[in-house]
Amino acid sequence: MGLLKYIARRLLFLAFLVIGVSMVVFFISHSVPSDPVLANLSQRNIDNQEMVDAFKTKWGLDKPLPTQYFIYVGNLVKGDLGTSIRTQRPVMDDLKKYFPATIELAIFSIIIAIFFGMLFGIISAIKRNSATDQIIRGISVVGVSVPSFWLGLMFLLLFYVKLGIAPGPGRISPYMMPPVAVTNFYVIDALWAGHWSLAWDAMQHLFLPGLVLGSFTMGLITRTTRSSLLEVMSMDFIRTARAKGLTEKMIIMRHALGNALIPVVTVIGIGFGNLLGGMVLVETIFAWPGIGQYAYKAAGNLDFPAIIGVSILISINYVAINLFVDILYGILDPRVRYK
Amino acid sequence: MLLRIMKNNFLFSIGIIVCILWIVIAIVAPLITPYSYLGQDLASRFQAPSSAHWFGTDSIGRDVFSRVLIGSRISLIAGLATITLASFIGMIYGGIAGYIGGLTDEIMMRVSEMVMAFPGIILAMTIAAALGPSLYNTLLAMVIIWWPNYARVMRSMVIANKENEYVEAAKSLGASHFRIFFHEIMPNSLGPVLVLATLDFGNAILLFSGLSFLGLGSPPPTPEWGAMVADGVLNFNYWWIGAFPGLAILTMAVGTNFIGDSLRDFLDPRLRKEL
Repeated sequence: MGLLKYIARRLLFLAFLVIGVSMVVFFISHSVPSDPVLANLSQRNIDNQEMVDAFKTKWGLDKPLPTQYFIYVGNLVKGDLGTSIRTQRPVMDDLKKYFPATIELAIFSIIIAIFFGMLFGIISAIKRNSATDQIIRGISVVGVSVPSFWLGLMFLLLFYVKLGIAPGPGRISPYMMPPVAVTNFYVIDALWAGHWSLAWDAMQHLFLPGLVLGSFTMGLITRTTRSSLLEVMSMDFIRTARAKGLTEKMIIMRHALGNALIPVVTVIGIGFGNLLGGMVLVETIFAWPGIGQYAYKAAGNLDFPAIIGVSILISINYVAINLFVDILYGILDPRVRYK
Repeated sequence: MLLRIMKNNFLFSIGIIVCILWIVIAIVAPLITPYSYLGQDLASRFQAPSSAHWFGTDSIGRDVFSRVLIGSRISLIAGLATITLASFIGMIYGGIAGYIGGLTDEIMMRVSEMVMAFPGIILAMTIAAALGPSLYNTLLAMVIIWWPNYARVMRSMVIANKENEYVEAAKSLGASHFRIFFHEIMPNSLGPVLVLATLDFGNAILLFSGLSFLGLGSPPPTPEWGAMVADGVLNFNYWWIGAFPGLAILTMAVGTNFIGDSLRDFLDPRLRKEL
């Protein structure tokens, strides 16, 4: 029963969050001295009073602020996020178009991060205080310290321009046609259509941005795996296992690892949330047509409906992922009680 | 004490050395730059690194090395200002929430959670774009998204500390809430927040350079590292324009994170003997 109640509470928070997030952006964006009319009409049109009035009426900019907000929330409940000022299309359609690209990249990079992070973390803990340990710790700190936009640039310069072993920016090579949209995950769609070379091409394009995006999370996972494994290894039941005469490999694989992974799961949740935020920079460098670039352009153009739409989408994902992690946490560790 | 720790911990020593180096560079930068960081020389634009221009020159012939050195001042100040302001606001906010408790606490904490769930970089972009790109607006945006972490830590410390006997004693002596809060509870709750702030320094520099990369820092020709990397993206064929400023960000962040990482281990009693 505790779990259901807990989930219900989190979902309630989610509703609260959506309202809050929309309100924050809404009022910030409307209380600043910057003028969306100026941002969206060209300099020539700004002198044309008719154009300005038409624009204001169209977006409700002539009504008082609270009224504007209630109009917005009313539509939001109906699933209507309004129309993007910049693209002139419904924000919902834009999000549907750009979000899968982002998720595809995020999933790919989290897989890379988890694999290498846990591998490095385990090795580091086993070889504690050795040169290997120091090197891995060094790598993990570099991983969380490297500016992603710079790493992306360097990777492109090295692997694409200089060595020519990696594809350039974008989701697929320019001469390829995108697959028929089913899930909008290019790799899956291409496989679905049986188009092997396209799927391979899309996979290759995922690699560099995935690595760049995952570097932070990888560093985080390495660090957590290491310290968590070290902590578990100092516990009594490990001493018992040693006393039974088990090999070190058996002790780590059978007894220590499972217990050590519990905190790692939490970090993976945090890391995934970070990925969605870090998208803005990585997508800009790799010309990845995802939600990050969309958000960047929206912010630059003071396209409020789009900004709120993206913010709500990412916040919901963040909360949902953390909820999922919390539940997983309880399954992995029966001592956890939901309050 | 510092030297003793440094002797036993390789990464920590590197962190200390790198950080001291950057601070010294930031202080003496104007004295040691070989060229003016603004000096244009169109005749020698796009020059690869050489003995005359260690890090090469950019699209209008400015010396990248000089600009990287001067840029260290902006990054350090930006990191320091963000962390200081955000931790100050967070401490006051979290402290008040924890001290008053009850419904006030509940509402204040939900608000801070909301800011945390908000995609920080998007909020910062929105604020900076709306207020107009400038150093102050970017720092303001960073502070707005950064304080909740500190508020949460501070709150939990205050909640733990306000049950202590010395608080009871102060109360029975008739001390005002103001006095109890600022003289009894706050000084005893600061520790963890200050540690968190130290650990966060590298992250603040990274976020700042990211926003600056997106064009949200000071307008050109200010030598901000992030903006210089963006310049490197525009001049894709000349790798040195973006490579060196990025390397500067990396070393500064790595330095602070090496210190932070060792500090974390040191403060975690289960891992203490390592340091």
